[in-house]
Amino acid sequence: MRKRSLVPIVYIIFLMLPIYWLVAMSFKTTNEILSGFSLFPQTFTWDNYVTIFTDPSWYLTYVNSILYVSINTVISICVALPAAYAFSRYRFLGDKTLFFWLLTNRMAPAAVFVLPFFQLYSAVGLFDTHIAVALAHCLFNIPLAVWILEGFMSGVPKELDETAYVDGYSFPRFFVTIFLPSIKAGVGVAAFFCFMFSWVELLLAKNLTAVAAKPIAAAMTKTASSAGYELGLLAAAGTLTIIPGAIVVYFVRNYIAKGFALGRV
Amino acid sequence: MKTQNQRAWFFVLPVLLLVAFNALIPMMTVVNYSVQETFGNNVFFWEGVRWFEELLNSERFHAALGRQFLFTGIILAIEVPLGIAIALAMPRSGPWVPVCLVLMALPMLIPWNVVGAMWNIFALPDIGLLGYFMNTTLGIDYDMTQNPFAAWATIITMDVWHWTSLVVLLSYAGLVSIPDAYYQAAKIDGASNWSVFRYIQLPKMKQVLTIAILLRFMDSFNIYTEVFVMTGGGPGNSTTFLSIDLVKIALGQFDLGPAAAMSLIYFAITLLVSWLFYTLMTKDDAK
Repeated sequence: MRKRSLVPIVYIIFLMLPIYWLVAMSFKTTNEILSGFSLFPQTFTWDNYVTIFTDPSWYLTYVNSILYVSINTVISICVALPAAYAFSRYRFLGDKTLFFWLLTNRMAPAAVFVLPFFQLYSAVGLFDTHIAVALAHCLFNIPLAVWILEGFMSGVPKELDETAYVDGYSFPRFFVTIFLPSIKAGVGVAAFFCFMFSWVELLLAKNLTAVAAKPIAAAMTKTASSAGYELGLLAAAGTLTIIPGAIVVYFVRNYIAKGFALGRV
Repeated sequence: MKTQNQRAWFFVLPVLLLVAFNALIPMMTVVNYSVQETFGNNVFFWEGVRWFEELLNSERFHAALGRQFLFTGIILAIEVPLGIAIALAMPRSGPWVPVCLVLMALPMLIPWNVVGAMWNIFALPDIGLLGYFMNTTLGIDYDMTQNPFAAWATIITMDVWHWTSLVVLLSYAGLVSIPDAYYQAAKIDGASNWSVFRYIQLPKMKQVLTIAILLRFMDSFNIYTEVFVMTGGGPGNSTTFLSIDLVKIALGQFDLGPAAAMSLIYFAITLLVSWLFYTLMTKDDAK
């Protein structure tokens, strides 16, 4: 038994090594980084973080990312809730085809959509806005949210709906006061996954923005070119992008697997 | 039993409109480009299936497709058994389980280009932990920007680091749903560890494993950002996978016709696997 528990420990150490290296780098001075290999920061410095939090071209990108991710999460959940309810409770013309078609959008390679998205959002005048990125990310987040929510809703017995109608509840009142509270874990998980996939995606986010709505992760590419080879700064920006995910994952820790299984465990 | 109700369409309508805006209009643009030639200025000439013919006979496409299948094959061959092994070794319950789950999920929550940048820094030959260890401690000449084998090995290690946890989390969720009574019965029968795995644990994990394998297939088949940041497709063309090649053709060379034809073929492969995924999953739902 003792020997067996070594396996997850070794695995977690393997997972933490590159993360440790990134965090360690972010606390080193440029001089120390360029002067050679050191396992721990020799001259511990907060300078890289100070640069990021005082330079608007850095910290605004952080705000941009959070903004479009939040808009996307709200839109995705709001439109996915009624749709998931329909899929879990009713049969209607073309329901199976529609459900499958939604899934294909989760599976589509983002590279296919880069150029058409750029043209589409330029044509409707939304290029370089937060809403453009938020809408573009709906392509894969809405299907994901519908699938996850449908999985959770199907776990709620249909008798709940029927009892509420017998008791004289109208549909909206039933949905908000009875049904939503009974699947609140599902809503949390779906929101988490929308947040996460919007947060980690960059190809579309980068190509739909120029200045005004540029995501933090895209700002990182500038250090390599314009400001010389500032690895410490790059590492600090990278470290900051890990934090939101690390915070929100804690709240859904018991449901992560169910979310990844698209609500089907 | 679900009730027949056509009014359910109203519930689905917002989703339909939003996804159609995002999926159908761009897809029509792609179809449009795929049968035409342009020299800029919005002047287009009809080309029919020429781009498709050229693409299907081009060495470059075959090479990228081959690399893509090789990469996806290696990824699945490593991540699936490794993920199952780690899930089996995890304790069923205890205070450490949530901590393990959160730590394991962490790599999946990092933006993909940060993952690439992180591994770049990690693999720098002189000052990266991995590069330094390989070059100085082990004495292996390791530099992923020069050596194709090193580039492949680094990208595969990166993907194992990034996504094995997905297989672990899903397998683990399948494992904890097995009632204790099953194990007690197996113990009374004197079943070996292997038969417990083969006849109790594996069948219980079947559905989640199907999902895990197909998600891993799709996502590794569509990999772009991490590889782009780490090697940019190089050295040479050695790590130019399908997505990388596609973006090179579309945005680098601005050859819209060939890029669009490639997109459609790429998408067709994806669609085929999605269909397989859906069929397998709904079959299990029906049981």
